[in-house]
Amino acid sequence: MNAIPRRDSYDVAVIGAGPAGLAAAATAVEAGLSTLLLDENAGPGGQVWRAIASTPVTKRDHLGADYWAGADLVEAVRSSGAEIIQRATVWSLDRNLEVGISVGGVSAFVRARRVILATGALERPFPIPGWTLPGVMTAGAAQTLLKSSGLVPDRRTVLAGQGPLLWLLAAQILRLGGRIDRILDTTERSNYLAALPHAFAFVTSPYFAKGLAMMREMRAKVPVVTGVTELVAGGDGQLATVTYAAGRRRETIPAELLLLHQGVVPNVNLAMAAGIEHRWDDRQLCWSPVLDHDGNTSVAGIAIAGDGAGIGGAAAAIVRGRIAARAAVEALAPAAATKLAPMATFRASLARAERGRAFLDTLFRPAPRFRIPSGETIVCRCEEVTARDILDAVAIGATGPNQLKAYRRTGMGPCQGRLCGLTVTELMAQARGKTPQEIGYYRLRAPVKPITLAELASMPKTEADVSAVVRG
Amino acid sequence: MFKRSDPDSRQSLHIFVDGAAVEAREGDTVSAALLACGRDVRRSTAVSGAPRLPYCMMGVCFDCLVTIDGVGNRQGCLVPVAEGMQIEIQKGKREIGR
Repeated sequence: MNAIPRRDSYDVAVIGAGPAGLAAAATAVEAGLSTLLLDENAGPGGQVWRAIASTPVTKRDHLGADYWAGADLVEAVRSSGAEIIQRATVWSLDRNLEVGISVGGVSAFVRARRVILATGALERPFPIPGWTLPGVMTAGAAQTLLKSSGLVPDRRTVLAGQGPLLWLLAAQILRLGGRIDRILDTTERSNYLAALPHAFAFVTSPYFAKGLAMMREMRAKVPVVTGVTELVAGGDGQLATVTYAAGRRRETIPAELLLLHQGVVPNVNLAMAAGIEHRWDDRQLCWSPVLDHDGNTSVAGIAIAGDGAGIGGAAAAIVRGRIAARAAVEALAPAAATKLAPMATFRASLARAERGRAFLDTLFRPAPRFRIPSGETIVCRCEEVTARDILDAVAIGATGPNQLKAYRRTGMGPCQGRLCGLTVTELMAQARGKTPQEIGYYRLRAPVKPITLAELASMPKTEADVSAVVRG
Repeated sequence: MFKRSDPDSRQSLHIFVDGAAVEAREGDTVSAALLACGRDVRRSTAVSGAPRLPYCMMGVCFDCLVTIDGVGNRQGCLVPVAEGMQIEIQKGKREIGR
């Protein structure tokens, strides 16, 4: 399973084996298209179904029904005839639909007639003072450890932030015998009122009952502080304390582990490097690709499905994957499309899966104070650049994220802006009195993941490649 | 910081962290094994030497960078452990020739 691709070209290449990518691959194969599914992790499932085929957590109610819901789709894709390559890092994608892949230290290019990007989401940056200290992690990180290795926190642990994942993680940690000392809820009080107009769709969505039950389960077991308006991680070389403010209350509590979460945002690096147009999404406060109703991007032949297309959750991701794949089938082998469920059926399922999303987006819209830091708080974790550094650069003429690279190297470290990009855009927009859309984002380029020069140099070259650079 | 929840029936194996044998389980990533082993596995950054541990565990933050079997700057959260694997915790900048 872990080899470079067997062929030079495929009808469809799907990048990412989470809900959207698995559904896209299953649909493409069902219509008889040659399909390559590339995924960076050791097994399929993406983040939501991470390690579904290998998790040591076998008691099904520990991880919950939504986790195990992925098992059938994973099995369907594995037995479908799609070529699946795990631990494959896609580091390049261009307008010629050429995909650069690194597997086991060896790189290769494959071509596809259609590419479906299903690279999913990552956690929104949570730039509070001290967030780079050892002992501060994302909630998603703890959930990954829990799902793939059965690891749970066993020392003084604080969860802070907002959104469904935080509560789900808390429930899972406790069910597995882990420890949580406090939950600090940062949901803005005014968001409850703002979300009210969307409440009807939400109470009739599948999220509602599950969410309520989970929050009740947690409140009975863990002290919860709501209305938190300030968070500071303290410690010398290691997390030792968490300080928070809520109303008139201000408290410092000892902690060895702080798990942060304020929602997820599309992982845009590969899509942007391929030249796909993105726009600032004011409701989800992130960059989202400009797509037609089949998921097609501004680059011909490339579609995006799943949370990378705008956050919609796992159920919506599955349907978006099927829609993108069906559109690919209609373009490449129209006769085969009749084997698939009609597009109208998919669109109706998507509408159902997206119910309640506006409510969640509005209720869990992160507060400006947790998105736009100030002073000595680190913004760019890789290059260790603070909010003050960035404002100083703006004061002497840095106009946007790309100019800022020359001033401060922000976004030029190994994470390539994944953990600072949104913060930099919003911080500069605020400082310059512009909109995030006007300020823009880093210009991203391949390789979108670091690969060694030796690996690049040992890639097979054609005569034309060599004559393009050799003189005489 | 983390403990293994029971029951975990996966095969155990050994990796070496800066030369010391450490128990891990089949299916652990390098970063998971390091966080579970109880040792001080903080790397220090190339820019300021500040100590760090993995932050995202999903391949995006690069705070899990580690030397694996002689190859530096690998993302420990994406690499599964293997019997006898040699892990070195990275301290500061990379040295020439390595």
